[in-house]
Amino acid sequence: MSNEEEHEENKDAGPHPGSVPAAKSGAVEGVEAKPETVAAEPAPAQPVAKPEEPDLVRAAYEHPLPIRITHWLNAISLFVMVTSGLRIFRAFPSFGPKIPEKVLLDIPKSLTLGGWLGGALQWHFTFMWFFVASGAVYVAYQVISGHYRTMLFTPRDIPGVWPMARHYFFFGPKPPATGQYNPLQKLAYTSTIGFGVLSLLTGIVLYKPAQFSSLAFLFGGFHLARVWHFAAMCGFVAFIPGHLIMVLLHGWSNFYSMLSGWKREPEYQE
Amino acid sequence: MITRLEDKDLKRQSRRQLLKLAPVAALGVFAFPKVSDRLVAAGVRFSDWASGVMFRSQHPAQTFSNAEVVPFAKFPYNYYDVVDPQVDLEKWTLTVEGDVQHPGEYKLAQVQALPKISQNTLHVCVEGWDVIGSFGGARISDFLALVGANTGANFLEVECADDYYESIDMASALHPQSLLCYEMYGQPLDRGHGAPLRLQMPTKLGYKQAKYLNTIRVTNVLKPDKTGYWEDQGYSWFGGL
Repeated sequence: MSNEEEHEENKDAGPHPGSVPAAKSGAVEGVEAKPETVAAEPAPAQPVAKPEEPDLVRAAYEHPLPIRITHWLNAISLFVMVTSGLRIFRAFPSFGPKIPEKVLLDIPKSLTLGGWLGGALQWHFTFMWFFVASGAVYVAYQVISGHYRTMLFTPRDIPGVWPMARHYFFFGPKPPATGQYNPLQKLAYTSTIGFGVLSLLTGIVLYKPAQFSSLAFLFGGFHLARVWHFAAMCGFVAFIPGHLIMVLLHGWSNFYSMLSGWKREPEYQE
Repeated sequence: MITRLEDKDLKRQSRRQLLKLAPVAALGVFAFPKVSDRLVAAGVRFSDWASGVMFRSQHPAQTFSNAEVVPFAKFPYNYYDVVDPQVDLEKWTLTVEGDVQHPGEYKLAQVQALPKISQNTLHVCVEGWDVIGSFGGARISDFLALVGANTGANFLEVECADDYYESIDMASALHPQSLLCYEMYGQPLDRGHGAPLRLQMPTKLGYKQAKYLNTIRVTNVLKPDKTGYWEDQGYSWFGGL
């Protein structure tokens, strides 16, 4: 808001003593202040309806800095964890017994990181810390700041899932935007937190089955933990293309918001 | 929360916020192999340190009933060059060196005279498979007591008949389930599984379970670049489960 506008607004409002807070007005009476001083006070009690200025842009600061940092750190970590994880899986591409070993899934080397099992493990054992740290900071920030309300999927969002899915996948009518994220987005983002927690817990079992034997028991032992760990990865791999396609479809301003925090002309009101 | 602001203000605010992400972009240097090699080497060292902190020295690894053990024929032979390094079992002795009161050559009978432990435990390979095996032997801790080892030392080094070599942290060596193993499935170790003596520690990965043992050394310092056959090529040194 420029000074010029402020000035005009105050002129319109005029020197209304009623608009000045009581304590202030008493003091004003005591010292017999100049009327200009009173007039310079903004009049919060009577906001003046202002016509929409054509040169003003609607914008929302959607992604606070901690969210942006953890988003990108997590994106990098996830990329490394999935690609190195696939290389680790190649060393024993099965969930069954060692003898006889069946190759369940032949993952192309080009999709993997690390070059060999030892190299892939180095990447995996390094980026697991970044993955967990960025995830933990993200969740902690969301909870403490209350920002999680924008993205947490709750039972209230259930009725909105199908209309949104119908719009995206079957060209149905577009439901009106009610908040920063639609119900389907909330479902997707909340799911990724579930995948993250699952991959962390099962990862702990695979890394230290003897030290965390109770956790290993909880997941049905080392074998099943490996299946669950793979399933969590599949969850992420299912999420990522959908996420990237949506980012592409929604254009630069939407993508730029995860870099700058600011979303220009958001679809939703309020 | 929608605000209305002038286009140039929005652009300035956006730029300022964008710049705050610069440190994240600086992480791009790790795309260079020379930098990333050092990063992941540090990452593995950190993970090994954390593994040592997490290690519960008295916490038993899971044991299994005889019904759950895989048949002997399905217990894989794993070796790095030869399955049988032609150990002369008649003349074989175990050399004990380093920070011990009674260094020298020890016979298999001396190991077998120690209390015998039999356990059905998980053998986990770094590749991701695992088998439940049946193992018998003497506790490493009992043997270290026999030779008068300084268990306050940091490491145990072993050398093998097939030029394989390994080193482990003392806490893992002293774990009650860590064995000098001379039996599998109630039979003397066969040559492929490491006759006459191997390590068997259910709190360690398979590549730590050195076979065909020749030498045990108690030491405070590991030779750099000679901490273990696979470790020297990039596997985690701690290798703990």
